[in-house]
Amino acid sequence: MPARPVLQQADIERALTRIAHEILESNRGSSDLVLLGIPTRGVLLAERLGGILERLEPGSGRVGALDVTMYRDDLRSQPTRSPQPTRIPEGGIDGKTVVLVDDVLYSGRTIRAALDALGAHGRPRAVRLAVLVDRGHRELPIRADFVGKNLPSAASERVNVRLRETDGDDAVEIDGGES
Amino acid sequence: MRHLLSTRDLSRDDAIGILDVAEDMADVARRAVPKLPTLQGRTVANLFFEDSTRTRLSFEAAAKRLSADVITLSAKGSSVQKGEGLKDTVQTIAAMGVDAVVIRHGASGAARTLADGGWIDAAVVNAGDGTHEHPTQGLLDAYTMRKARHGDASRGRDLEGIRVVIVGDILHSRVARSNVWLLKTLGADVTLVAPATLLPTGVGTWPVTVMHDLDDALAAKPDVVMMLRIQSERMHAAFFPNEREYSREWGLDDARFSRLGPDTMVMHPGPMIRGLEISAAAADSARSLVLDQVTNGVSIRMAVLYLVLTGAAA
Repeated sequence: MPARPVLQQADIERALTRIAHEILESNRGSSDLVLLGIPTRGVLLAERLGGILERLEPGSGRVGALDVTMYRDDLRSQPTRSPQPTRIPEGGIDGKTVVLVDDVLYSGRTIRAALDALGAHGRPRAVRLAVLVDRGHRELPIRADFVGKNLPSAASERVNVRLRETDGDDAVEIDGGES
Repeated sequence: MRHLLSTRDLSRDDAIGILDVAEDMADVARRAVPKLPTLQGRTVANLFFEDSTRTRLSFEAAAKRLSADVITLSAKGSSVQKGEGLKDTVQTIAAMGVDAVVIRHGASGAARTLADGGWIDAAVVNAGDGTHEHPTQGLLDAYTMRKARHGDASRGRDLEGIRVVIVGDILHSRVARSNVWLLKTLGADVTLVAPATLLPTGVGTWPVTVMHDLDDALAAKPDVVMMLRIQSERMHAAFFPNEREYSREWGLDDARFSRLGPDTMVMHPGPMIRGLEISAAAADSARSLVLDQVTNGVSIRMAVLYLVLTGAAA
């Protein structure tokens, strides 16, 4: 079965713009916001969200990256992963509202690792989660605060997120599964 | 990566991969909590059949920063003194349940024997075997050079164009061997300087330039000058007339040090014998990266332990 498109470039942009507004709304403004993307595509999405926030409320777009490789619980069962750089924006995360940003929310294990990783950098006032796609199948009690698209999927399907910075174009597709 | 036995069998991509992981490990040390839970529940055995300060402590610190448990054996004070052989010693320790064995041994090839001998199934990391190799030292030296040259933009880079002079007891030096293979793989240009008696037979087949006169080698303004210790514990014959003469001909004394370029990196794997192969002024100067080498050693060993202890068997 060929890959089925789910989101196109314009859809992704609209979703990110809406998420940016929701973040500002729920945070009652932009004070003490820090966006941390989870490598690789979460970082790109965080940077885009930061750009939109910066346009809406200048000075609100503090963006960093949070690598969770060393906190994963599947290091022994998967091929060796290479960690990516972690960048915490100036000012740190103590007392801030941290919004974790990732492309796809699936089992929730990456986010569990991210919550542990955050502890090594400080104590945020609150941690929120923004994802472009929530495909279900959670294995941990974790949910997203801001979702671009809820995408019911079969576990056998694959959700592919392509972003122009790394993949040449913007798209979300689903493929595989029983045909 | 299953084991780390020598730098000779590392490809350029493998080597850069290890150095890049070490960059991330170095970042960890600067955090509020400089510890990772990555190797929780894994046990690393440090087996040191030869004396060591920095390598043993460095591996121990690296394992602990990754939350592994560490057990350490020093040959002195152990049953090795009663005549227990290598096989029985490592099988005894393996029977206690270890996931990785870090071994330093006086016999060249000891680490390879553990890895291939079928005695144990733990990952093996060579921490120095006789006069053969000391791969983590080679890696930390390459990391130190790359960091000094490229700073924060080091990730993904090799050592293309860096000219390194390694001076001293090449014959007995596993550090020199690990450096030669790794630096060559990473594109650096290596010159060895030593009296003919302290060069191994067959050095002509190594990918290096060999010189005997230190002043000639330094006149070419190398980027890195790496001094090696005279390993008197391995010297059972007269390799040079006396220490004063060695120091005059092949030591980095104050006069030679003052002629080095302002950003020449001075390196030494330690332990340094001040006044013999390196003067105190050179060792303590701002150009000396000796303590950087020690700091970076922990990051490199964290990277190596991470890489051998995670990942499903391919």
